[in-house]
Amino acid sequence: MSGGVDSAVAAARAHDAGHDVTGVHLALARNPQTYRTGARGCCTLEDSRDARRAADVIGIPFYVWDMADQFHENVVDDFVAEYAAGRTPNPCLRCNEKIKFTAVLDRAVALGFDAVVTGHHARLGADGLLRRSVDLPKDQSYVLAVLTRAQLDRSVFPLGDSTKAQVRIEAAERGLAVADKPDSHDICFIADGDTKGFLERRLGSAPGDIVDSRTGEKLGTHNGAYSYTIGQRKGLDLRVPAPDGRPRYVLSITPKTNTVTVGSREELAVDTVTASRAIWHDPAVSVECSVQLRAHGDVVPASVVVDGDGLTARLHEPARGVAAGQAIVAYRPDPAGDIVLGSATITAGTASADLQTAGGVARA
Amino acid sequence: MAYLDHAATTPMLEEALEAYASAARSVGNPSSLHAAGRCARRLVEESRERIAAALSARPSEVVFTSGGTESDNLATKGIFWSRRAASLNRTRVIASAVEHHAVLDAVDWLNTHEGAALNLLPVDDQGRVSVADLEDLITHYQDEIAVISVQWANNEIGTIQPIRDLAHLAAEHGIPFHTDAVQAVGQIPVDFAASGAAALTVTGHKLGGPVGVGALLLGRDVACTPLLHGGGQERDVRSGTLDTAGVAAFAVAVESAVKSQQEYSARVAGLRDELVTRVRTAIPDAILNGDHADRLPGNAHFSFPGCEGDALLLLLDAQGIACSTGSACSAGVAQPSHVLIAMGADDDRARSSLRFTLGHTSTADDVDALLAALPGAVERARRATAWKTPR
Repeated sequence: MSGGVDSAVAAARAHDAGHDVTGVHLALARNPQTYRTGARGCCTLEDSRDARRAADVIGIPFYVWDMADQFHENVVDDFVAEYAAGRTPNPCLRCNEKIKFTAVLDRAVALGFDAVVTGHHARLGADGLLRRSVDLPKDQSYVLAVLTRAQLDRSVFPLGDSTKAQVRIEAAERGLAVADKPDSHDICFIADGDTKGFLERRLGSAPGDIVDSRTGEKLGTHNGAYSYTIGQRKGLDLRVPAPDGRPRYVLSITPKTNTVTVGSREELAVDTVTASRAIWHDPAVSVECSVQLRAHGDVVPASVVVDGDGLTARLHEPARGVAAGQAIVAYRPDPAGDIVLGSATITAGTASADLQTAGGVARA
Repeated sequence: MAYLDHAATTPMLEEALEAYASAARSVGNPSSLHAAGRCARRLVEESRERIAAALSARPSEVVFTSGGTESDNLATKGIFWSRRAASLNRTRVIASAVEHHAVLDAVDWLNTHEGAALNLLPVDDQGRVSVADLEDLITHYQDEIAVISVQWANNEIGTIQPIRDLAHLAAEHGIPFHTDAVQAVGQIPVDFAASGAAALTVTGHKLGGPVGVGALLLGRDVACTPLLHGGGQERDVRSGTLDTAGVAAFAVAVESAVKSQQEYSARVAGLRDELVTRVRTAIPDAILNGDHADRLPGNAHFSFPGCEGDALLLLLDAQGIACSTGSACSAGVAQPSHVLIAMGADDDRARSSLRFTLGHTSTADDVDALLAALPGAVERARRATAWKTPR
């Protein structure tokens, strides 16, 4: 129970369903004040109090579990290391993978509980299939797709059939004070929302070149390649305009040479995505499906082939801004909610010969 | 429910509840000059005399406060300020490393905000302060020492401190000595006059009185700068309208607890010894923390190797057994106990500890209930610790 409205209503619904429910709030910061406070928050003392009051109203026991060490090691340090390696991590996904559905779940099971209930917006029904929430803008199946079968078997998501608006109304009807608490956004452990500044403090300044993808010409300098994300356009601060006067985008980040490569929008397009650490649920390992390449990103049709740990997707439409470190999640469109087939961590986006002919260039 | 957390708070005594209800029905501010006010004042002063008599203090030495935390803050900060005002080089504060946070955080604040030099007296592996250590500090810093504070008995592990020796040593050198006796009064004999202490903290809710009322016994000649300014109701050392009903109930509880102390102590210590023996039989590797003999009668404090205290607490709570990890909480997160760390325990042992405290309502049934639940809970908590091991 984060102290937000979703987990409060999820707990209440699980309790109503007759389960023996215990509320758990995760303390993720050694010093709670260092994490975000106020409206955008999670993990603060105030959130802990809100969660406790929700548990009181529901009528369930409530405890705070100290997961600060695990969170720091598996989420915060991983976040920094991923950026340092030129990749773009998703810390919420990592927190689900390592904290909520591993550290918390394992401890809970050892203590005699059967499952972890969360307020995630996703559907997980009797058929065991993970589906998108009915509330598509709030759908969180993308950050849950990393869960293994064993983890899903011990997970309960009571909110998947409701919209966020319905959850808020229900919270108010249940007398939960968090009914109108603002949604949390961004990254909970970056208190001021300044990811670049956070990474600079952690990784130090590491000046390097920003170069043109076609000519190799140095266009400018940066203070740390880790501050850039594939597809990024703003904040490049290039003094030399592109010959055609059109905006330039980050195409790749090479930690080895500390180089940020930029180019045109066309060059950003990829039609082949390779990924590792595949978690695959579907019996078929070669499927026509839809893939999502970042949180709240567009969905594109693709042919996906899974080979053990690896996954390759041939996109039927080019995608832009495909960043290593993000997850590729495969969905099978379904009227009862698109079904998660599996996910993997993107290692590279490349452009096929056909796409290059159409204007792009191949990149690793 | 088996309530084994009397050191956190203990149920009010019937006679204290009656005294509270009876006084709360009457109107009257003890500082008012009319008949109703005089009536309330009379009740306050009678209560003051009862408390003074029970603890061997003079009535004028009883300063009513809102409880233990306020009394501890008033004693440490107030005496520090007065002593420093009288002699500017007196800026050193001495406290034990195992004080309750009401003292520890207060002296830490003096250190960080008031320029006080701070010495924390170490403790041995049973949690006891050494008189020789205090003697060393006094020899070194005699003229600089503003105030010394050492608890009468430890709230977590129950170890009783050599208060008489410590306080007399301080008194011989003219240094005011404060003792937090919140856990001691009613449990073991507490005699303010004979102790040699200049100030002593006592609170209501640990001995059958209400929460929110306590006292600082403050020697008549001990200067103490107020924390709270206002009407100066209590000897000009403490302001705020006196809580007549609370004070009346507090006095009844103190008197009753002190009067029945011997009998109580024999009965509860017997029950506690049975609890300890049975826990050690059921969980052979359980470690009893604190002094095995010279400890509070109701206190049993264990480390259960391989368990996390908060997991055990959850499992016992689910079976209707209330106990404590005995450590300070921030946002409900159990920090490793500073008391156990000061005793030389490592982080794991400190985190694996659990405190069971018995009190006036405890019975053999409570011990039975604990022993019925504990072995299973320990086994389960041990499995829950295994998830920490990298897979």
